[in-house]
Amino acid sequence: MERVAVVGIGQTKYEKGKTKNFAELSYEATRKALDDAGIELSDIDNVVTTTNDFFDGRTIACMAVAEAAGSYGRDATNVEGDGTLSAFYGLMRTLSGVYGTTMVSAHCKVSEGSPRKIVNQAFDPIYDRLLGMDAISSSALQARAYMQRFGITEEQCARVSVKNHGNARNNPYAHVPLDITVDDVMRSPMLAEPIKRLDTSPISDGACAIILATEERARRAARKPVWIRGVAHCADAYRLGERDLAWSQPLETAARKAYRMAGISHPSREIDVAEVYDAFSYMELMWYEGLGFCDRGEGGRLIDSGVTQMGGKLPVNPSGGVLSAHSVQVAGLARIAEAVLQLRGEAGKRQVPGARVALAHGTGGICAQTHCVWVLSN
Amino acid sequence: MKDQAANRQDELLEISSGKAEHVYYWHCGHYISPFFMGLRDKKTILGIRCSHCGRVYVPPREVCGRCFKTMHDWVDLGSEGSIYAFTVVKLPYIDPNTGKPIKVPRTDIYVKLDGADTCLMHWLDESDETKITVGARVRAVFKEQRRGTIHDIECFTQI
Ligand SMILES: [Zn+2]
Repeated sequence: MERVAVVGIGQTKYEKGKTKNFAELSYEATRKALDDAGIELSDIDNVVTTTNDFFDGRTIACMAVAEAAGSYGRDATNVEGDGTLSAFYGLMRTLSGVYGTTMVSAHCKVSEGSPRKIVNQAFDPIYDRLLGMDAISSSALQARAYMQRFGITEEQCARVSVKNHGNARNNPYAHVPLDITVDDVMRSPMLAEPIKRLDTSPISDGACAIILATEERARRAARKPVWIRGVAHCADAYRLGERDLAWSQPLETAARKAYRMAGISHPSREIDVAEVYDAFSYMELMWYEGLGFCDRGEGGRLIDSGVTQMGGKLPVNPSGGVLSAHSVQVAGLARIAEAVLQLRGEAGKRQVPGARVALAHGTGGICAQTHCVWVLSN
Repeated sequence: MKDQAANRQDELLEISSGKAEHVYYWHCGHYISPFFMGLRDKKTILGIRCSHCGRVYVPPREVCGRCFKTMHDWVDLGSEGSIYAFTVVKLPYIDPNTGKPIKVPRTDIYVKLDGADTCLMHWLDESDETKITVGARVRAVFKEQRRGTIHDIECFTQI
């Protein structure tokens, strides 16, 4: 594969009820990404946006974001899914030989709509939807299946929440930095057992953009390039009832493909830092397993060991992760942006010292129907 | 320019989408229609078997995603199975059928029906989580008046 680099990134702060409208939010991220790369919009050959019509409250929402995302006057396409998938399209377009640079952007104003209703409407309208399924109840079923099969405890899930909200205190972009204990999580209101308030991610508005470039074009950018070493995407069945809820085969498939492309044979030893899509605390434990950071069923023991804390051998979500800022389809792209900051050594107080190989992970759909795994290096 | 914009920010306005709604009429299709007729007319749950891999899907549909083959082999699964996963939902929610708040706690379950390879989502008539276990045997409770929807099953009950 020809080498493609991330040469610029931009993020807004993630928070609820941002007063900027969707386009102002998107523009903040794309402008920051261009400034970060030290290039102008005229240097951008094509654009991939990420929109969701229900969250934006309009049909073909990608059209409305044309100016703010930099699509005006150039080829643009759109993904209705997670930002990691938009970045994957951006990578393919950059590799096509037609484009030397690609702007990838995502925005989401979750707080403007009715997020629980919108997630309910992701379910089959003549079946599951009518039974009132939403993100919290479906994830509670998944958490139950996972915890039951492998003997994972609620305290082990709570430890993920304590770690990530604690890490968020070092991230100026995070929405919910918290200094909490396992007891605080255990005593927070039960929403759909075993999931409690502090096991869930917040409703965050925000935007993120990254700029991809071929090796030749990357030389013209101001920043030290961060190289894309391996990427893969894999989908599960639509219906939850048809999936193994306790184990994500598509995540393992995507991770293995991305590792093969990147030449990684021992992920837990060769990866220095990971940013994963922890929409609920139990998910981070499941993703440890699918990503091969530990054996199947060992996610609880891995968090107990401290390996994934700051200062551990493989810190996971130094940024605070999705538990600390969940701007839905932006959240995966933010994982890539955070991985880039780590590899440049520019992650400030959340920096993992000497990080050379980073993993970023995004999910799409109910209970992570799809997984996208990225391996990057400096 | 920046100062001009800042001067105008002493009032940031919002606008509501109002009461407009989009109404859809969904065809249930050639596989969910017989499934609903099974509930309505025979108080039974129909699945479908992939003749290629042998998996039995419920609710039924045309294509086996794993084999990408059309399925023809209907299976009467009856109304009994066991709990694969459950959650007692305590967070109040809006009933998508009516748009009105519905009472909680409500128990969501995945049922592995006897003879099926996939799980069916529905409700359980027990909201004390200490009285529910994964693997417990359950049976569908059918309504007296059935209209050919998923609500023809009132809920599941432990047996
Ligand atoms: Zn099959």
